[in-house]
Amino acid sequence: MLPPVFNVLFDGFAYGMLLFVLSVGLSVTLGMMNFINLAHCAYAMLGGFVAVTLVDKVGWPFFAALPVAFLGAAAAAVVLERTLYRRLYKAPELEQVLLTIGIVFMSVATAAYLFGTVQMPIQTPAFLRGSLNVLGLTIGVYRLFLIAAGLLVAAVLVATLEYTRFGARVRAAVDNQRMAAGLGINVEAAFAITFALGSGLAGLGGALAIEIIGLDYFFAFQYLVYVLIVVSVGGLGSIGGSFLAAVLIGMSDMFGKYYFPEYGAFFIYAVMLIILIWRPAGLFGRR
Amino acid sequence: MTSLASPAAAQASATAVPALFTQGVNKRFGSLVVARDISIALPQGARYALIGPNGAGKTTLINLITGLLRPDSGRIQLGQEDITGLKPHQRVKRGLVRTFQINQLFPQLTAIEAVVLAVSERRGLSRNFWGTLTAHADVVDEAHGILKSLSLGEAATRLTRELPYGQQRLLEIALAMATKPKVLLLDEPAAGVPRDESAELFAAIAGLPSDITVLFIEHDMNLVFKFATRIIVLVQGAVLLEGTPEQIATDPRVREVYLGGANHG
Amino acid sequence: MGTPAAAATPYIFLKSQARWRVAEIIFWLATLLPFVLFPNYLSLASQIAITALFALSIDLVLGYAGIVTLGHAAFFGLGAYGAGLFSKFVWGEPLTGLVLAAAIAAVAGYLSSLVVVRFRHLAIIMITMGFGLLLHEAANKAHWLTGGTDGFQGVSMWPILGYFTFDLWGYTAYAYSLVVLFVVFLGVRRLIHSPFGLSLKGIRENWTRMPAIGAPSQSHLRKAYTISAAIAGIAGALLTQTTETVSLSVLSFERSADTVVMLVLGGTGKLYGALVGSLIFMVARDQFSGINPQLWYFWIGLLLVAVVMLLPNGVLGGLTQLVQRFRGKQP
Repeated sequence: MLPPVFNVLFDGFAYGMLLFVLSVGLSVTLGMMNFINLAHCAYAMLGGFVAVTLVDKVGWPFFAALPVAFLGAAAAAVVLERTLYRRLYKAPELEQVLLTIGIVFMSVATAAYLFGTVQMPIQTPAFLRGSLNVLGLTIGVYRLFLIAAGLLVAAVLVATLEYTRFGARVRAAVDNQRMAAGLGINVEAAFAITFALGSGLAGLGGALAIEIIGLDYFFAFQYLVYVLIVVSVGGLGSIGGSFLAAVLIGMSDMFGKYYFPEYGAFFIYAVMLIILIWRPAGLFGRR
Repeated sequence: MTSLASPAAAQASATAVPALFTQGVNKRFGSLVVARDISIALPQGARYALIGPNGAGKTTLINLITGLLRPDSGRIQLGQEDITGLKPHQRVKRGLVRTFQINQLFPQLTAIEAVVLAVSERRGLSRNFWGTLTAHADVVDEAHGILKSLSLGEAATRLTRELPYGQQRLLEIALAMATKPKVLLLDEPAAGVPRDESAELFAAIAGLPSDITVLFIEHDMNLVFKFATRIIVLVQGAVLLEGTPEQIATDPRVREVYLGGANHG
Repeated sequence: MGTPAAAATPYIFLKSQARWRVAEIIFWLATLLPFVLFPNYLSLASQIAITALFALSIDLVLGYAGIVTLGHAAFFGLGAYGAGLFSKFVWGEPLTGLVLAAAIAAVAGYLSSLVVVRFRHLAIIMITMGFGLLLHEAANKAHWLTGGTDGFQGVSMWPILGYFTFDLWGYTAYAYSLVVLFVVFLGVRRLIHSPFGLSLKGIRENWTRMPAIGAPSQSHLRKAYTISAAIAGIAGALLTQTTETVSLSVLSFERSADTVVMLVLGGTGKLYGALVGSLIFMVARDQFSGINPQLWYFWIGLLLVAVVMLLPNGVLGGLTQLVQRFRGKQP
């Protein structure tokens, strides 16, 4: 029989997997182009709302809605990248921050207008509900699913980076943008694709998140902080860093909220500050 | 490679402390060695040139000397003082100044403001947040004088980003001069300067006070042979050889490195 | 800037930059108009003046030194709560309250500057935001001290200089806020035109070059950050004193972000951008607040996107360009 702290750690790990799927896209695109995209969670929110609409209003099965959430978010990213983002690649950070905050404001307002301010429910398949009793711990089935999904995403990403030509180009661009361009790599094209994929992943994460952390019009803002913490702690451009940081933050947050409820979110802000001050480029970042 | 080519020179230098010298400076990034046991010595008032193919580590050496990079091992000495552990701005305060290969200027400041800034910093006036800029007329005069000495007098009130490239390059040198350097490291001062603007640049370099020790990195061999009394050749992070312009021009190893060699980066 | 005909010598040119322009004088005279034209809106005017002061403090570090901060409300809030506690437990004299608030905020500013100035780019955004969020959480939990979400009770102010009581219509409040704003503005304006101000601009314009001319950038930034924190603290204290209450929102991320938006709207690095941007934003929000608040966020978002894409120098920058083009000079 395992003590209850393992329950908290398990839940934290599952939460970390969710944070990973949500954050990894931002980490890679930040590492590649240094473009500060604070609207990242707006794509996540979009994916979530797409999933909710498909499942609840149109009646699609949950698993069919997931890829559409991914694609919807990716499509939105492509549109915004082509029209707005690409003009600001060389602009000062503040402008990137403000453009993307503006997009977040607009998406939050639109979501409230279209869906109201209530929590969105979602119908997950029956076999994902409920929990198992393992070694005295209550293991939520959906959380197990999340962990599997997170690991799968991580595996696919690592495989893509290591074994495909596209992945090699991405790695080169993250490593040294000027050199990569000098070697003939079309960095902007690689970035556009990476950005679309990263935002798509955020959309997927948004859809997956509904069951665990809920979805409402404020999601784009609310979880932005967590995602930024994961990205800065993990180090820009690092999948392994995002993974580790997401797990760390996920577990710290669960741990803090469970054992020290009076201090709430205090805990992870403190963790973030300590790590950033010790290693300003993040656990696995360069610079 | 030792730093002194002839015993006579060695004897002469033994009596005078070099303005700048490095000893056994090493630096690597992972498996990439960018500086390999570099030992050079610049006597007072020298006009030395540092040449080498792209990627040889010339700018890296400047970064190591000025403190932007920390060497893995070795010593850097400015006159009598070991400066290996000092921060970049502390080295500047002691008279070790560099210019950048790619202009590092202040786009939205006018030329005069930029030089006044450098002079104010040097004189420790920048801590003053109550007085006006013009309270010290001598600072403004000194700045204006520096601009005039580099043919930038007319451009004083123009915004840096509106200056033509050649004048920007001169401003780059003006900023360095404003700090009253003892040792000046010029990183490719003529880089990218069009032919019709290079006359002023050459004049500026020729006009540098003779008590300043100058080391410049250059690809433009005209400039090198015109101004350098001694040339150091750097290849793949190590000093290949050092000698007078005539010696370097005729050395077969140098020709191979530039023409026949496989170096590029 | 720098027309060929007018610039006789660089000395005269530099001197002319610090001169008071006619537009500035008109602006400050115009700030007196609310007393006459909008006597019903004096408490809003007071809020605008206070927000403008806060925006000014952010401009000092953001517009002039280039530090992107999303957590400056921490200092605003410290000043606000400091003044509140001072009034409740010591005495209600307003001016000493301002001094105390400035001191508390300055100390906090200095301490956090030790960490903040060592970073750039994303790290600095995260750290400033993190500090702000942390302080907000701490104040929320410490409701024995701050009143938490219920708000802080017990502020009561004495008359200013023993004579001007705080009235219900806001005359004293606005006059007080305006005077404080103006006095601090004078100080900041002087600072900007000093050698220190020039160094800050140098840091903003080229971070790499500063150490290369022997400038101790981090030391300069610490000073700027501390002064900025003190000013933010004064603004917070003003809010407490003029409204006789302190709510948790003084420390909120929203306050930090909104004020950065105002600053950018008006134009960074111009001092007046902070004032103009605050004016536009606050007036617009006041007009819109009757209507659906969600709608407000949509338009503000759209405005932000438009300003960034079309008017990167803010409203003032755009106006300056227009004026210069009108006069036939180069923008």
